[in-house]
Amino acid sequence: MAKQFKEVHFNLNGRDVTTVVDVRASLTDMLRGDFRMTSVKKGCEVGECGACTVLIDGEAFNSCIYLAVWAEGKQILTLEGLMGPNGELSDIQKAFIDETAVQCGFCTPGFILTATEILNAGVEYTDDELRKLLSGHLCRCTGYENIFRAVKKTMYQRLGKPWPEG
Amino acid sequence: MYDIKALYEADSVQDAVRLRLEHPEAQIIAGGSDVLVQMREGKRAGKELISIYMIDALRGVTIDGEENIRIGSLTSFSHITKDPIIRKYINVLGEAVDMVGGPQIRNIGTIGGNTCNGVTSADSASTLHAWEAIVELTGQSGTRRVPIKDFYLSAGKVDIRPDEIQTAILIPKESYENTYGYYFKYAMRNAMDIATTGCSVNCRLSPDKGTFERVRIAYGVAGPVPMRAPRAETAATGQPVSRATVERFALTVLEDIHPRDSWRASKALRQHIAVELADRCLTEAVKRCGGEIDG
Ligand SMILES: Cc1cc2nc3c(=O)[nH]c(=O)nc-3n(C[C@H](O)[C@H](O)[C@H](O)COP(=O)(O)OP(=O)(O)OC[C@H]3O[C@@H](n4cnc5c(N)ncnc54)[C@H](O)[C@@H]3O)c2cc1C
Ligand code: FES
Ligand code: FES
Repeated sequence: MAKQFKEVHFNLNGRDVTTVVDVRASLTDMLRGDFRMTSVKKGCEVGECGACTVLIDGEAFNSCIYLAVWAEGKQILTLEGLMGPNGELSDIQKAFIDETAVQCGFCTPGFILTATEILNAGVEYTDDELRKLLSGHLCRCTGYENIFRAVKKTMYQRLGKPWPEG
Repeated sequence: MYDIKALYEADSVQDAVRLRLEHPEAQIIAGGSDVLVQMREGKRAGKELISIYMIDALRGVTIDGEENIRIGSLTSFSHITKDPIIRKYINVLGEAVDMVGGPQIRNIGTIGGNTCNGVTSADSASTLHAWEAIVELTGQSGTRRVPIKDFYLSAGKVDIRPDEIQTAILIPKESYENTYGYYFKYAMRNAMDIATTGCSVNCRLSPDKGTFERVRIAYGVAGPVPMRAPRAETAATGQPVSRATVERFALTVLEDIHPRDSWRASKALRQHIAVELADRCLTEAVKRCGGEIDG
């Protein structure tokens, strides 16, 4: 059958962009292929692992099960968009390094974007709540504990409270 | 790339109805968390799709002119859980859909998709059955309303006509007034898992909190479609709020449901879980009504 294309307009990491996509593309395909946002990983591609997570209008979505054409009019944030004007890392990225929450790094961009949604809520979550909020990501390396600590530590930093565990 | 034959995008309900008539072979896609996964698995590969995801008019929770709670079919699970109307009148639905998959699935998955897929394990389904929800469908000659128990025809099959889409789920005032409920999802993992059994119970107590005025219970995964347990409901209605009533209610469940052996769980385990969940859910529902259970 004839290929079907559509023009899509959205905001990517603070910049208004337009592109023409094949309607069969997933948001992962478009972000990686058309915009070289290679922090958006292709893992399971069926919504199980979270490696492809991006923020859409502030909420975390698995871009592998999201049609590229649905980006129309949305604000999309990938890991690349967290970088400061001079290449600085954000607080949550630094915390991942400090807590050794990164090994192979494949799951890291997705985890950091979900963590960004969690932290932007400005809420002091319990450990159980935090674990539940992070449960849409698989990590085959770290055993999760250091990732959990990095998010929790940043949560307390942002709330201006001492980290209970020290 | 998905193996999509053609994509038709609806920007209004009327547009969706028109596309349904023009493309009878096409399948509806809302959030796509079932459709796109099945497409990747090959089950729906090569199909035409009608996307309704961009119809913002189908999002949100309101109280309508008849005092029904009206949940637009495209409302995501996370928005249902956060919604103030849901929290106030049917908090258990927000809790139930907060057990779906993980956070990203709850941001994309819609209540319309969770009911139109006709799946017995769907986390919203038992609560919607237990609260006697009404399904609103819109087609070329307007809207029609179907009680949720009639909406489910058989496993994976629901009552949607060729020109229709589901536009809302309604909870009537008579159903939610002075009523509190509890949902228990019994699954093998805490997250990203499908229910082995789901049980949703709600009750309304007499003003002195001494008598069960109404008790309703529904299960997911106890049969091919979600189902109520009417004998158990009758066994508790009009009875004193007591441990004895709760226990009799829970045991009577076995007269209503007939679970089978499968590789996921044995019949004996399923029966045991069904009784235990009925007991725990009713006990919690009573507490939420401000009642107390002795012993
Ligand atoms: C990793 C993962 C984990 C999951 N975990 C759970 C879980 O724990 N519990 C659970 O219940 N579900 C779970 N699901 C399944 C899925 O997320 C839900 O069923 C969700 O509600 C589907 O909604 P959707 O909008 O994405 O549906 P879609 O995939 O868009 O559609 C589902 C079906 O409904 C039809 N449809 C959708 N909307 C309408 C409408 N308005 N009118 C007519 N027909 C319509 C479609 O044609 C299709 O047949 C999971 C899915 C994934 C990928
Ligand atoms: S690649 Fe999207 S969830 Fe795994
Ligand atoms: S660091 Fe390797 S998968 Fe998480």
